[in-house]
Amino acid sequence: MTDMTSSELYIADPKMTAQNVNVFYGEKQAIKNVSIDVSTDLVTAFIGPSGCGKSTFLRTLNRMNDTVAGARVEGKIMLEGEDIYAPSMDVVQLRARVGMVFQKPNPFPKSIYDNVAYGPRIHGLAPSKADMDVVVEKALTRAGLWDEVKDRLGESGTALSGGQQQRLCIARAIAVDPEVILMDEPCSALDPIATAKIEELIHDLRGKFAIVIVTHNMQQAARVSQRTAFFHLGTLVEYGKTTDIFTNPKQERTKDYITGRYG
Amino acid sequence: MTFNAAALLLLVAGLALIGWLAGRARSVLLAHRAGNKLHSRPQYHGWYVALWLFAPAILFLTIWSAVSPALVTNTVLDSPAAQNLPQFGFERAAILADARAVAQGKQDIVRLEKSAPLVRPYVQATRQYALIGISAMFALALAGGLYAFTRIRPEFRARSRVEKIVMVALILASLVAILTTFGIVLSLLFESIRFFKLVSPSELLFGTQWNPQSGAPVKDTFGGIPLFWGTVLIGAIIAMIVAIPIGMMTAVYLTQYAKPVVRKWVKPLLEILAGVPTVVYGYFAALTVAPMLREFAVMIGISNASTESALAAGIVMGVMIIPFVSSMADDSINAVPQSMRDGSLALGATPNETIRQVLIPAALPGVMGGILLAVSRAIGETMIVVMAAGLSANLTANPFSSVTTVTAQIVKLLTGDQEFDSAKTLAAFALGLVLFTVTLLLNIVALRIVKKYREAYD
Ligand SMILES: Nc1ncnc2c1ncn2[C@@H]1O[C@H](COP(=O)(O)OP(=O)(O)OP(=O)(O)O)[C@@H](O)[C@H]1O
Ligand SMILES: [Mg+2]
Repeated sequence: MTDMTSSELYIADPKMTAQNVNVFYGEKQAIKNVSIDVSTDLVTAFIGPSGCGKSTFLRTLNRMNDTVAGARVEGKIMLEGEDIYAPSMDVVQLRARVGMVFQKPNPFPKSIYDNVAYGPRIHGLAPSKADMDVVVEKALTRAGLWDEVKDRLGESGTALSGGQQQRLCIARAIAVDPEVILMDEPCSALDPIATAKIEELIHDLRGKFAIVIVTHNMQQAARVSQRTAFFHLGTLVEYGKTTDIFTNPKQERTKDYITGRYG
Repeated sequence: MTFNAAALLLLVAGLALIGWLAGRARSVLLAHRAGNKLHSRPQYHGWYVALWLFAPAILFLTIWSAVSPALVTNTVLDSPAAQNLPQFGFERAAILADARAVAQGKQDIVRLEKSAPLVRPYVQATRQYALIGISAMFALALAGGLYAFTRIRPEFRARSRVEKIVMVALILASLVAILTTFGIVLSLLFESIRFFKLVSPSELLFGTQWNPQSGAPVKDTFGGIPLFWGTVLIGAIIAMIVAIPIGMMTAVYLTQYAKPVVRKWVKPLLEILAGVPTVVYGYFAALTVAPMLREFAVMIGISNASTESALAAGIVMGVMIIPFVSSMADDSINAVPQSMRDGSLALGATPNETIRQVLIPAALPGVMGGILLAVSRAIGETMIVVMAAGLSANLTANPFSSVTTVTAQIVKLLTGDQEFDSAKTLAAFALGLVLFTVTLLLNIVALRIVKKYREAYD
């Protein structure tokens, strides 16, 4: 199905490409033969009913599935032409290049400053304190949190509101200057105002990072993304321009899902 | 006829069984006759009768068996045969005991000449009181059973009654532990007060000379500081230097690296280690570790090293505490949400960095609580220090020398020939009180920390 539309969806310089990816949890296959491209200039949204494998596929893109016992990935996933599952690939560096934001905000029980500085410190990105200050301020500014926290950088990250915590987690991911940011339902624990802030943020970050977002909220997918992939039962049913998917889906199953017939 | 408690118990239990059957049958019969439904199922009526039959009778039996020996003795003393007994003291008690033993059939013949005439009155009195007791008990059982039996009606709420009785029984059972603790504390307190009338509290708490003598208290011999220091050196310093790193590393390995199979085997093994009797650790400390350490000390040029050393006791105690620390640390690390770990890994941190920089700091409050609990256990530990640390009250920081602890001294003060009102003996209670207070405080603080920490992640 992706083949049919690939000409009009052609991405000249994809950041990541997945080809014929299968994912297994033990005996059970959670992802079946999925191929997709991710670009820096476009936000990609993954939608689909619960349990269809969105998170699973997202987690293969930065090899977070490695931490799950019994999980196995087949197929090829390339980051700038490099196979991320090749033995020569360093997972640590891969994850520095492909960051992740989780469904539930998960700041470390450290100060706001240290939360953001955690990644750069590990990767040795800011040798001096002054450099680190710059990195932290830049990341918090980009995440739209700087003005709210600049006077209390020493306070614990866990003391922030849910929406602020999630933006802190985005700042934390941005701070290591990744190429791709994966977001797994980043707004599902947030109220509408906080959600709007995150959506605005995704908008601002587009073009600087390749962004992939999993969401259950159709309006959100329509608002923030330019490409949408619809998953069902582990397969990629339809992938296309967000406007096409929502106004003129080619597959019956996509249409049923979009119109709320199931899911 | 003697007062055979076991047989009586069986007998009453048999009666209760009959009561149970009768109660059940009656409830069914009444319901049938009146044609309406029972409020409670028949067996509850049975239980109701059985409990009323059993409980008062057993309660009485317990009390009676506690007071009847005194009643018997009084009766014997009132008898004419007892008129020419020596008035007081040891001899009189011996004669009475001798006569009682013969009367109860525990001895064939009297050993003391003067007790012979007392045997008959003893036998009589014993029989008399046993008869009274047994009759009263059966009367009570029957009265209770009849009372309950007559209350059975179809609409009678036997189930709620039985449940209430069961609840009361459960409350009483839990009160036993609480009241016992309370009693222990009170006795500690009273004996300590007696001690502090002889020796001032400030001397015990701040004095530096520990050399208690029998007889009247001598000044400057009840200074507890050397004991407190020894306790701290062994239990809180040396043992923790051993237990904290090893316990933490074990916990980190088990929670983060070990395969489920390894975890499945190692955790129970550690728990077994925690169940080894401390006296076994004591042997190990005294017979293996202490001589080894002494040789080592001599080798590195410490000539006055003793075979009993703080180090030997502390190290072995640390080993004993390892399972405790590791299981607390294990729990705390497991309580840190998986999302925290994922967050760190997703930033490109290695598992090692994740553990050191995220998991352990996040688990630290819980681990601290666990360590405090471990300290409180270590300072109350007795067997190892008695066997390996020695009894000489040295105030020294040299881990190769012999030191003593509060618990070891309590044992020393209370063993051997004692008069139970000398300052020397009473000092054991005062030391016990100090130890109790310190452990109690440690436990309270530790449990609060752990609780707060748990709340933080719920
Ligand atoms: N750790 C795991 N072990 C075994 N099976 C798993 C594991 N994680 C997910 N699965 C299975 O893989 C399938 C896909 O799960 P996944 O979490 O990717 O779905 P999802 O699309 O993200 O759902 P949701 O919208 O509810 O988050 C499900 O059937 C799930 O049961
Ligand atoms: Mg998911």
